[in-house]
Amino acid sequence: MTLHFDIPEETLASILAKAFTNRSFLTGFVITALVAAVAIVSYIWTPYDVTKLVIADKTQGPSLAHWFGTDHFGRDILSMIMVGARNSIAVALVAVGIGMGVGVPLGAFAAARGGIADEALMRLNDLVFAFPALLSAIMITAIFGPGAINAIIAIGIFNIPVFARVARAGALAIWPREFILAARAAGKGATLITIEHILPNIATLLLVQGTIQFALGILAEAGLSYVGLGAQPPMPSWGRMLFDAQTRMVVAPWMALFPGMAIVVTVLGLNLLGDGIADILDPKSRRQR
Amino acid sequence: MTAYLLKRLTIALVTLVLASMVVFAVLEVIPGDPARLMLGMNASADQVELLRNQMGLNAPLALRYLHWAAGLLSLDFGRSYTYSVPVIDLVRERIIVSLPLALIALVLSTVIAIPVGLFSASRRGRAGDTIAMGAAQFGVAVPNFWFALMLIYLFAVWLRLVPAGGFPGWSAGVWPALKSLLLPAIALALPQAAILARVARSALIEVLHEDYIRTARAKGMPYRAVLWRHALRNAMIPVLTILGLQFAFLLAGTIIIENVFYLPGLGRLVFQAINQRDLIVVEGVVMLLVAAVIAVNLVVDLSYAIVDPRLRSRQ
Amino acid sequence: MSLLEIENLSLTIGNTQILRDVGLSVASGEVMGLVGESGSGKSMTALTVMQLLPWAARATGRVTFDGIDILAASEDQMCALRGDDIGMVFQEPMTALNPVKTIGEQVAEGIRWHTKASRADAEDRARKMLDRVGLPAANFPLSRYPHELSGGQRQRVVIAIACALKPKLLIADEPTTALDVVLQAQILDLLRDLVAENRMGLLLISHDLAVVTEMADRITILRHGEVMEAGDTARTLSEQLHPYTRQLAQASMHVPARAEAHNAGSGKPLLQVESVTRDYPGPRTSLFRHSAPTRAVDDVSFSMAPGQSVALVGRSGCGKSTLARMILALDKSTAGTIRFRGETVTGKSEAELKPARRDMQVVFQDPYGSFDPRQKVEKLVAEPLHVLEKKPAPAERREMVAHALHEVGLSPRDMDKYPHEFSGGQRQRLSIARAIITRPKLVVADEPVSALDVSIRAQILDLFAELNQKLGIAYLFITHDLTVARAITDEVMVMHDGRIVERGRTSEVLDHPQSEAAKALVAAAPDLHRAIARRLQEEG
Repeated sequence: MTLHFDIPEETLASILAKAFTNRSFLTGFVITALVAAVAIVSYIWTPYDVTKLVIADKTQGPSLAHWFGTDHFGRDILSMIMVGARNSIAVALVAVGIGMGVGVPLGAFAAARGGIADEALMRLNDLVFAFPALLSAIMITAIFGPGAINAIIAIGIFNIPVFARVARAGALAIWPREFILAARAAGKGATLITIEHILPNIATLLLVQGTIQFALGILAEAGLSYVGLGAQPPMPSWGRMLFDAQTRMVVAPWMALFPGMAIVVTVLGLNLLGDGIADILDPKSRRQR
Repeated sequence: MTAYLLKRLTIALVTLVLASMVVFAVLEVIPGDPARLMLGMNASADQVELLRNQMGLNAPLALRYLHWAAGLLSLDFGRSYTYSVPVIDLVRERIIVSLPLALIALVLSTVIAIPVGLFSASRRGRAGDTIAMGAAQFGVAVPNFWFALMLIYLFAVWLRLVPAGGFPGWSAGVWPALKSLLLPAIALALPQAAILARVARSALIEVLHEDYIRTARAKGMPYRAVLWRHALRNAMIPVLTILGLQFAFLLAGTIIIENVFYLPGLGRLVFQAINQRDLIVVEGVVMLLVAAVIAVNLVVDLSYAIVDPRLRSRQ
Repeated sequence: MSLLEIENLSLTIGNTQILRDVGLSVASGEVMGLVGESGSGKSMTALTVMQLLPWAARATGRVTFDGIDILAASEDQMCALRGDDIGMVFQEPMTALNPVKTIGEQVAEGIRWHTKASRADAEDRARKMLDRVGLPAANFPLSRYPHELSGGQRQRVVIAIACALKPKLLIADEPTTALDVVLQAQILDLLRDLVAENRMGLLLISHDLAVVTEMADRITILRHGEVMEAGDTARTLSEQLHPYTRQLAQASMHVPARAEAHNAGSGKPLLQVESVTRDYPGPRTSLFRHSAPTRAVDDVSFSMAPGQSVALVGRSGCGKSTLARMILALDKSTAGTIRFRGETVTGKSEAELKPARRDMQVVFQDPYGSFDPRQKVEKLVAEPLHVLEKKPAPAERREMVAHALHEVGLSPRDMDKYPHEFSGGQRQRLSIARAIITRPKLVVADEPVSALDVSIRAQILDLFAELNQKLGIAYLFITHDLTVARAITDEVMVMHDGRIVERGRTSEVLDHPQSEAAKALVAAAPDLHRAIARRLQEEG
C-alpha cells in the first residue's frame, strides 16, 4: 500500500483558528467532551445507585424520576449509562494505546529497515487481520473466560496491525523525501531520523486513525459485552444492557433504546472529531479505514 | 501477471498455515490441559486421562499439530466432545444459514453503497450529497446488533411483518427461509453500506482531482461521462480493499446477529461450544472463519490485478 | 480575423485577481508563445480558453474562438469544441493518462465521442495518429498501457489525443518542462510539424524564453497576470524595449562573474572515483528469480581537485543522480572505490563516515521538499552540525546558523521561522546555508536551480559562484541544463547510459562536443542567443 499526502505547513495558531470554524470538529469535540464529562461525573455522582436493586421500580418507562426509565431490576437506566460510559471509554482507550504503542514502532521500524523486516511485519499483519476482533475475543474467552480485560486484549491486538500499517505507509511516503536525504547526508541514522523527522510528520495521520480506532473500539466493546464476552455484571456496560433488553423488547423497549443511543452518539462524536481533525490538518489526506 | 498471482497465493497459504498454528497453539498448548478444561474441575483423573487418550493429547506436540492439520485438509475437524459427532457435520448444518446471511448482507451493502457513493461524489457539496453523507456518518456509528433490535421492534413487534427470530430451515421452502434472513441481513448490511459509501465517495473525489481526468475533459467529454468512464474504475481499488476487510467484519457480525435473531448458524454453534467447553468445535469454527477471511482477501488481491494493469505487468 | 481572440480578459478566483486585462490572439498556422514566470497566470489563461477553470473562478472580458463567444458558451457547446476544434497538451506526461486504460482506448475515445465513428474506425484513426506522433504499431500497439511507456512516449500519446481530430487550435501548457533536453527537442519538432501540416494555431505556454523563441512567431510576455509586452518574437527579444523583457532575457543568459577557473592537478585530488558501478536488481519474474539487473552506473572513474567546479550533465535516467548519491555515501556501489581526501568512503559504516560527511554536503533540486516542514530554520540549517566531533552549545549553534544565513543573503532573524514562510528562491538559499555550515570542501548540487524561475535562478547561480570564490568549496553540479553548466563550472563531464563519455573544459565541450551523446545534448539545448539570431536571419 502506498500513501501520498501533503504535509501541512501550519503553525499552531492557524490550526486552532481553523478548528473553531470547522463544523465537524466542533460538533465532534463537544460530543466527545460531553461523553467524557459524563463518565467522570459518574465517579462522583449518579442520579441513583446502580448497585442497588429496587424490584418495586422494575421496568418503568421514562418519567421525571427516571428520565430513561428503569431496567428489570429497577435500576435507573440513565445512571447505568453514565457508569457504562467509563467502561466503554476505558476499554477502547486502552485498546488504542496498545495498538499505537506496539503498532507504530513496528510500522516505523519496518519502513526504516525495509527488506526482510518489512516483509515479515506485513505477513504478521496479514495474520492478525485474518482474526477479526470478535474471533480473537472468542478464542481468548474460550480459554481465559470472559471479562473486560480480555475484551481489551482482543480489541488491542486487532488495533496493532491497523496502526502498524498506517505508520508504515506514512513513513514510506516520507522516507524518499529530500529532507530525509539531507538528514542522512548529515550523518543521522535511521532511528534518529525516525524520531526527529518521520514521527512528527505522521503524527496527524496517527491522530486521525486513533479517533477512528477509538470509535471502532467502542462499537467492538459493545458487541463483545452484548454476547457476554466483555465486562461482567454487576459492572454496567452498554452492550450488556442491550443484551438484557433483548428479551424484554415488548414490555420495555426503552431498555434497548437509550443504551443504543449512547453508543451511537459517542461513536458519532468520535467520528466527527476524526473527520474534523483530518480536514483541518490535511485536507488532502487519504483516510484509512 | 503470473508472478503477482504466485506471490499473492503464496502469501495466502503462508498466512493460512501460520493462522492454523496460532489456533492450534492457543487452544491446545497455552491453557494447560484441554481435557481438564473441557471436563471441568470436578472430573476425576481417570476421566481426564481417558479423554486425553481419546483426543490424542499424549503424542508429541509437532506430531499432534501435523495430525490435526492433515485432518483439516480432508475437512476432518475432529469429533465434538458434547455432541459426539464429527465437527464437520455440525458445521455443515450451520453454514447453510451463516454463509447465505453473510453473502446477502455483502451484496446488499454493495448494491446500496456504490450508487450512493457515486451520487454523492457527482453532486459534491450539494444538498443531496450533504444528506447522503449525513446519513452515512450516522450509519457508521450504529452498532449492527442494536440496529437489529430496533428493526425487530419496528417490523416484528410493532408492524408484525416478519418473525422476530428463529429459522424455519431451507426445507420449509426458500421464501420463508429467506424471509427470516431478511432483517438480519439488513441489520448487518446497512452499517457496512454506510462505511462503503463514504469510502466510495472519497475515492471518487480523489480520483476526480487526477491529471488524467483533466485530459479526458479536454477531449470534450462531459463531466458525467468522465466520471463513469475514467473515474469509476480507478476508484474501485480502495473500494475493493474495503470490501475485503468488510467481509471479515460481516463474518464476525453474523456471529453476533445470529444471537439476536436466534438463527442456528455458526455463531450460535460457537457460543454453545464455549459454554460447554467444547474446544474442538471452537477450534474448528474459528479455523474455518479464518480460512474464509484469507480466501476473500486473496480474491480481492486477484481482482486488483483485473482492475489495475500495472499489477499485471509488475511483480 | 484571428482564430483565437482574447480581449480584456480578467480573472478572479475567490478574492484573488489572477489575470487583469489580458489580450492576445492566435491565427491559423501561427505559433503564439505565452511566456512568464510562475504565478504569472499563463496556465489560467489556457484553462479559460478551455473553460476548465476551477469552479470558484470568475472571468470577464471577451474570448472568441472561431466566431464563438467562449465566455458565454454553454457547457454542451464547450464539450463540442474541446477535443474537436481545440486540443490541449499538459505539462506532466506521467500523470496525464488514465493508468487503467490502453493508449488505443484513450486516443480512440475522443474520436468516437465526437464523430460517432464505430469502434473499428476510431481505432483505425487512432492507429494512424499514433504512427504520426512517432509511436509505430510494431513497438506501440494500441493495447499498450501508459505505465509501459516512458515520459517522452506518454507525451506523444497526449499529443495524439489532442490532435486526433485535427483541431484548429492546440494549446500546449509547458509541454516539455518535465522532459530532458533531447526529448524536449523531439517533442517541439513534432509540434512544429503538426502545426505546419494542419495549419493549426498553436498557443505555446512556457517559462523558458529560449524554447518560445525557437518556436513562436509572436510572443506575449505575462507578469503577475498582466501583459508586459507583446509582438513579433525576433523583434521583441532583440530590441528588448520593455524593462521586464530585458530582465527576463538577461536572466536567461546570465553568467555569474567568476575569477579564472581553478586548475585541476594542483595538489592532491579531493575526490577520486575509481571504476564505480551500480546495479539495481531487475523486476521479479517469478517468486525466486529476478530478471537481469539494470546497470545504472557503469565503470565510472574520475577525480576532482579542491576548489574545482565540475558539471555532470546527461539526459534523465543516465545515472547521474545515482552516481551523486554514491559519492555522498547515500547509496552503496556494487563495485569500485570512492575516495574522499584520500580516505575510502565506500563500504564504511555510518560512524566511520562522520569525518567525510563533515566535508561533504548536498543541495537538492526541490526547494519545497528539502526541508522538514515541522522544524524551524535554526534546527534545519544546523542539522549537519550533527557530524561535528564536538557538538556546539546552543548559543554557539545559533551563532553558526546566523553566520551561515548571513552568508547566503538571509537575515539571522529568519532563524525562528518555518520553511513555508519562505519563497522558492529563499528556500534554496536556506538549502545552501545548510550545506555550508560545516565549512565543507565539496558540495554536490543535484539540479539546484532547475525548479526556479529564471530571475531567481540567476541570483542563486551568483551565490554559488560567490561561495566558490570566498570559501574555496568544490562543486559537483548535476544538471541536464547546459546553460547552468556553462555559467558556473570549469569542467564538464557528459554521462550517457551509466558511463562518462566525455570530459573536458566546459567551454570546449559545449562548443565542440566530440561524443555522440554530447553532440545530441548540445544540439538539443535551447539557446536564447542562437534562437534570436536564427529568427532575425530568417526574417532578413
